[in-house]
Amino acid sequence: GPGGGAPLENANPLIYRRSGERPVTAREEDDELPDSIDDREIFDNPGTHLIRSINDPEHPLTLEELNVVEQVRVKVDDAASTVAVEFTPTIPHCSMATLIGLSIKVKLIRSLPERFKLDVHITPGTHASEHAVNKQLADKERVAAALENSHLLEVVNQCLSARS
Amino acid sequence: QFLLPLLIEKMDSDLQSAKLDSLQTLTACCAIYGQKELQEFLPSLWSSLRREVFQTASEKVEAECLAALYALSACLSRSVLSSDTEDLLDSFLSSILQDCRHHLCEPDMKLVWPSAKLLQAAAGASLRAYHRVSHSVLPLLLEQYTKHSQSSQRRTILEMLLGFLELQQKWGHVEEDESTLLSLRAPVCSVVFSALTDPSVQLQLVGIRALTVLGSLQGFLSPSDLELVVDHLLRLTLHEEDSQSSKAAMEAAGSLAPIYPKVFSGRMVPRLEEELQADFSSSEREEESSQDHSSLRQRCLQALAAVSTHTSIVRETVPVLLQHLRKVQKGSEAGSTQDLVSVCQSLHRVALQCQQDVEGCWYYHQTVVPCLLAVAVQAAMQESTQPLLGRALLEEEVLAAMVPVISAATTHLSPELAAQSVSHVVPLFLDGEVSFLPQNSFPCSFQPFEDGECLEAQRRLVALLMAFVCSLPRNVAIPQQERLLRELLALSCSCNCPFTATTAAKCFAGLVNKHPAGKGAGQDAMGPCQGTGRGMAQPVPFVSPGQQLDEILQLAVDRMEPGLVEGPRRTQALTLLLWVTKALVLRYHPLSSHLTDKLLGLLSDAELGPAAADGFSLLMAESPDVLHKGCHADVRIMFRQRFFTDNVPKLVQGFYGAGPDVKANYLKGLSHVLNHLPKPVLVTELPTLLSLLLEALSCSDRVVQLSTLSCLQPLLLEAPQIMSLHVDTLVTKFLNLTSSPTMAVRIAALRCAHALTSLPVTVLLPYKARVIRALAKPLDDKKRLVRKEAVAARGEW
Repeated sequence: GPGGGAPLENANPLIYRRSGERPVTAREEDDELPDSIDDREIFDNPGTHLIRSINDPEHPLTLEELNVVEQVRVKVDDAASTVAVEFTPTIPHCSMATLIGLSIKVKLIRSLPERFKLDVHITPGTHASEHAVNKQLADKERVAAALENSHLLEVVNQCLSARS
Repeated sequence: QFLLPLLIEKMDSDLQSAKLDSLQTLTACCAIYGQKELQEFLPSLWSSLRREVFQTASEKVEAECLAALYALSACLSRSVLSSDTEDLLDSFLSSILQDCRHHLCEPDMKLVWPSAKLLQAAAGASLRAYHRVSHSVLPLLLEQYTKHSQSSQRRTILEMLLGFLELQQKWGHVEEDESTLLSLRAPVCSVVFSALTDPSVQLQLVGIRALTVLGSLQGFLSPSDLELVVDHLLRLTLHEEDSQSSKAAMEAAGSLAPIYPKVFSGRMVPRLEEELQADFSSSEREEESSQDHSSLRQRCLQALAAVSTHTSIVRETVPVLLQHLRKVQKGSEAGSTQDLVSVCQSLHRVALQCQQDVEGCWYYHQTVVPCLLAVAVQAAMQESTQPLLGRALLEEEVLAAMVPVISAATTHLSPELAAQSVSHVVPLFLDGEVSFLPQNSFPCSFQPFEDGECLEAQRRLVALLMAFVCSLPRNVAIPQQERLLRELLALSCSCNCPFTATTAAKCFAGLVNKHPAGKGAGQDAMGPCQGTGRGMAQPVPFVSPGQQLDEILQLAVDRMEPGLVEGPRRTQALTLLLWVTKALVLRYHPLSSHLTDKLLGLLSDAELGPAAADGFSLLMAESPDVLHKGCHADVRIMFRQRFFTDNVPKLVQGFYGAGPDVKANYLKGLSHVLNHLPKPVLVTELPTLLSLLLEALSCSDRVVQLSTLSCLQPLLLEAPQIMSLHVDTLVTKFLNLTSSPTMAVRIAALRCAHALTSLPVTVLLPYKARVIRALAKPLDDKKRLVRKEAVAARGEW
């Protein structure tokens, strides 16, 4: 893979502020009342916004800080069992787009009940190859095959377990 | 001549371990070889090192390369030059510069970092190398900074520049004739100041770091530069929106202040004082919210504390802080509790910063302690005569914030000075002697130990007495100690206010812990004892005629026992029991086992059981204000282990014999003791206790389940090898409990499932599929907090 001296694709990322911790409400602490799954919950999932970019060891920023994933682009419908996550690569030729998308998808697969249909795609108009990347991410068999590749799986796991 | 080619070849190897070995060997060689041996191979060595650093993905390899380069440079620097031989160091450095320099100028900045690191490694080896490299690189970097306008690029450049500045720091001062840096003073300062005014927070932070380094170089900054520095730091501290920058600026001021005390006390402190006062009095400014005001005030207070790193500055800032305290207390508006707490926090920080300097410490103590006491006494008297005015100061929160201030001001006093102080403070509380307080004309008398409804406010101030008297160095005699102990004991038993009663109990315990041993109760066990906070060894206690301790302890027991059995003050009696037991357990006093047995007995009490169980945490944990080593308490080595050995068998026995409603208490007590045990001890004792804990997991009582789970979770992290032996039971029971009807239990069980992942992989693999499958269900739990834990656990698995 690219080394520590390899080109920084985006040496000048704009850095956005981190949102704070989600405060716990009284309702959430009540044993009886159910909480439905909402956008914030998916967004707060460590896999969605805390994936560290492995291309940039000098600037270990999270996807949230780079504005690759924003809460507003996460849409959940608990009753209909659907989740859609739109992510925005930092520059239009970002070669990490597929890996990022795959990591988000894997984390959602691991974190959500089986009943959910998952849709992970690139924010329209933000990437040169978005059509191709989206197609790959939407193809279940392709994703499953990718995860059979132990090397790729290891890279994905590294992305997901990387915490600052 | 055989080794070096071999090393070069190995560096080209694909195997990372071969690379690392050869690099480390090279570094070792450089310590021994001289330039004669290395001369022939320098070009190849450099070429390999450069390639590795430019291309590597491994941090380890990069680090070893840089270390090797450093060693090479150092070795060559040691060479003695004669007029006709080549200056090898110079030519070596020239080739490095040739290969690296131009990368620093690339517009897309592809290889800046590797180049910079290589240059810094070579330059750091000796003053000669540093001069050679910096002469070439510094002007270049400065030029690059001006050329690139984007904040992130400037940040990178400044960080590289900072790396070189830090190398200069190694050699301390800047010599006129040789220094490139000095000749570049104007552009360097201009670059750094520009970074401080940039909107990007990250760039500001690097600028602040650079400022700190420049400030530490003797002779670098001119007086006018310094003024600018202070102005910038003030601006960032007070008006920069981002709190990271503000804090960094404050800390920078703190590190620079001792080097330039006059500038900071002359220029920064008055401005901070001005802001603090102006802000406070014009609170009628309509447009600005009180939020902004409050945060500006906070920053002023924090900055005043941060900059108090030199005695002369302390003498300026302490009066300002005290003045503000008095003002807030008089003002008594809403929110003043927070203000008072903030001032106390700042005072605390200053106290800590004064501790090492004898003069400063005494100045602080003499100035602050009487003032705090005076303000508190005043407030308490107002409360008695005119309730509702000046309430804020008497709030628990504020008194609790004052405690660390007084404590920190007292712990480092010499015994002589402490004795002086004690001769004023104790009579204040016992006899109402207010003459030593500033502004001491009070409307009525100060009698905190007397009974009477209207004296309740005065009684709360025993917290301040505690802070002082329990922090004294060990060999300071306390006047009227007997009487003081009796009064404290009475107060802790009879007072209606829980805060006051508890504080009195703590104060009593703190004194009892340090009291010289008594004859009747026998000698304390001759365990080794901890030194005082100053590291002086205590003499082994010999039998002294201190019957006082025995008597007072007996008195305490006599008052406690009926209080524990029944009546309205059982909880209070328990509090007293806990603190006295702790005081005695710490010093290995024989009475401690009698008292501990009492506590054990209370575990089966319907009303007090849970509190008694939690009391074990109080006994074992480090208390922040009394009975810890920092305040010179008598804390014997390994008291926790001893407590464990003496009492855990009784806890286990109690658990097995207890009725179902109180079993949880025994478990809770046990888990508290275990949680505070040093790891090596825990690991040896765990096997015997584990079966009890596993059995407890099957108990149907939810409280027991919860206690056991919270006990097991840290054990999984601390002692994975032992827990591995029971992995089957643990997996089954944890997964079971993830379906408990109680949310808290489900959460605790999931956390334990998560903690299981610290076990060795070989142990976990057989269970992986089953656990992942089973954890799918809680992902759809109706409660969000449960789902959150499930996601974390399943993700780890």
